[in-house]
Amino acid sequence: MKRYEHFEHEADIGVRGIGGTCAEAFEQAALALTAVVTDPAKINLVEKIELACVAPDVELLLPDWLNALIYEMSVRHMLFGRYKVEIAGGKLTGAAWGETVDIARHRPAVEPKGATYTGLSVRNDAGLWVAECVVDV
Amino acid sequence: MNLSSFERINEFEWRLPATGAMRVAAVIFADEALLNAMDDKVREQAANVAMLPGIVRASYVMPDAHWGYGFPIGGVAAFDPAQGGVVSAGGVGFDISCGVRCLHTALKTADLDARKGALADALARAIPAGVGSTSNLRLSGNEMDAMLKGGARWAVEQGHGERADLERIEEDGCMQGAAPDEVSEHAKQRQRDEMGTLGSGNHYLEVQRVVEIFDERIASAFGVAVDDIVVSIHCGSRGLGHQIGTEFLRQMAVNASRHNIVLPDRELACAPIESDTGRRYLGAMRAAINCALANRQILTRQVREVFAEIFPQARLPLLYDVSHNTCKIEEHEVDGKTRRLYVHRKGATRAFGPGHPDIPPALRAAGQPVLIGGSMGTASYILAGTARGMALAFGSACHGAGRAMSRHEAMRRWHGRQVMDELAARGILIRSPSWRGVAEEAPGAYKDVGAVVNAADLAGLARKVAKLAPLICIKG
Repeated sequence: MKRYEHFEHEADIGVRGIGGTCAEAFEQAALALTAVVTDPAKINLVEKIELACVAPDVELLLPDWLNALIYEMSVRHMLFGRYKVEIAGGKLTGAAWGETVDIARHRPAVEPKGATYTGLSVRNDAGLWVAECVVDV
Repeated sequence: MNLSSFERINEFEWRLPATGAMRVAAVIFADEALLNAMDDKVREQAANVAMLPGIVRASYVMPDAHWGYGFPIGGVAAFDPAQGGVVSAGGVGFDISCGVRCLHTALKTADLDARKGALADALARAIPAGVGSTSNLRLSGNEMDAMLKGGARWAVEQGHGERADLERIEEDGCMQGAAPDEVSEHAKQRQRDEMGTLGSGNHYLEVQRVVEIFDERIASAFGVAVDDIVVSIHCGSRGLGHQIGTEFLRQMAVNASRHNIVLPDRELACAPIESDTGRRYLGAMRAAINCALANRQILTRQVREVFAEIFPQARLPLLYDVSHNTCKIEEHEVDGKTRRLYVHRKGATRAFGPGHPDIPPALRAAGQPVLIGGSMGTASYILAGTARGMALAFGSACHGAGRAMSRHEAMRRWHGRQVMDELAARGILIRSPSWRGVAEEAPGAYKDVGAVVNAADLAGLARKVAKLAPLICIKG
């Protein structure tokens, strides 16, 4: 049931996470973000980082979560292949597992600059949670 | 794009009259073929920009426009603080002061031929490019602040170039009004080891050949002739600019209602120029402009070192450096009066006409050089600002080819290896750490840059001067 996919944007790329809960959709959206850069299956899960964010609504929480990950990817030079998210009362607590970028092995395609509010939507579609937005690369 | 709601002013100027919440009209400069190929989202976004408080004259769209975030990419809009005008983080974009600079080399094509491969390899070794690449430069807290305040001027003082470079950069290489204190620790942290790196995506460093001159007089003033070898660098403010864009976009979106601003689209997040958020953003954004100018200056020093080793006779003075994601205070004539406006250019190049005091003296009579990057494997162009362009769109022109399809679609159609082999067969050497990145940036994924530049020329926004063809491309 849970999965991630990309959707079209003329200049950049949309990330979409789908899951049984809102938190699961956020985890899958983060995998979609990783997949913009490289195949998540190529990433060894050797290091865990933890992070948290708070937003006025669950929709703004999605770009906040993805931007927190973009920041960690950038300053730690890491890629993440697994995510765990809990959401309660407008607060997200998350963990990401991954490793330092290995250019020869990961062949990273492009660096995400930021998650945007374009195409931003967090919704429950007939029992399935969908979390999506466009990422500037 | 559906053109039924537009008035055709002439072949290259199309006007969407102000309706509903639009305060001014939207004007697109393009020919019918380019317009037909544009996404309907461009019209919607141009109309949304026309709804923002304090917008002056019109919401303008350049011929290379495509669907962006809030503002279309290729959007130009000026705001008057005296009329409640706003500054918009989305109207500048994430890659603040992304731009192009072009260097002469004093070499001709024949000088390059025998050592082209060696030059490509040496540049690929010297220029950090692609995801996760870092430079050896580390700035302390004080050095970071000095860089954010001083821009390319700081870089030259640190030994990354010559004083003569500075007058060939917008703002003489140093954007005034930068406030390093308004740049968050997160943004500074992201930049810690990224000074002097190229980045990824559509950023590149190209060695190019001048293949055609369209205006001999201006080309001679710019110092370019057929068969000259030049170097073009396209990159921006790296992680620091991205982080500033991210943080202020959020603040402006969350606080818009506090300033009684109704946003037609959350991504249009903005704040009054005369507000605390507006002033803080302007200070941080100007610091990011300086970061981009310093970054391109450091890359220039690296390029010069590589050339000095392989071609001792080469000299690489700067032709010019333009930024295409900015908001700047400029004086423009509106209805016979000179007004001080905050001009946003999102994926649009400043293109000041002849005689403008901000153009360096040696180039002033010719007009400001406008550097248009193509896509990998296609041509780039040098244009010059015109008097007519000053009146048409606050002295602005296009910035590149503009994408014609998504990265996904490009990846479905091409493989990186195949793109590199095809270009190599045409004598274009690509050096990149990522085949997938090369596929996503395949020449066919972009609009025809020739058509975009012709439309800019024929609309009167800027005048065509020279066409450049790539020989070597270092891709992030």
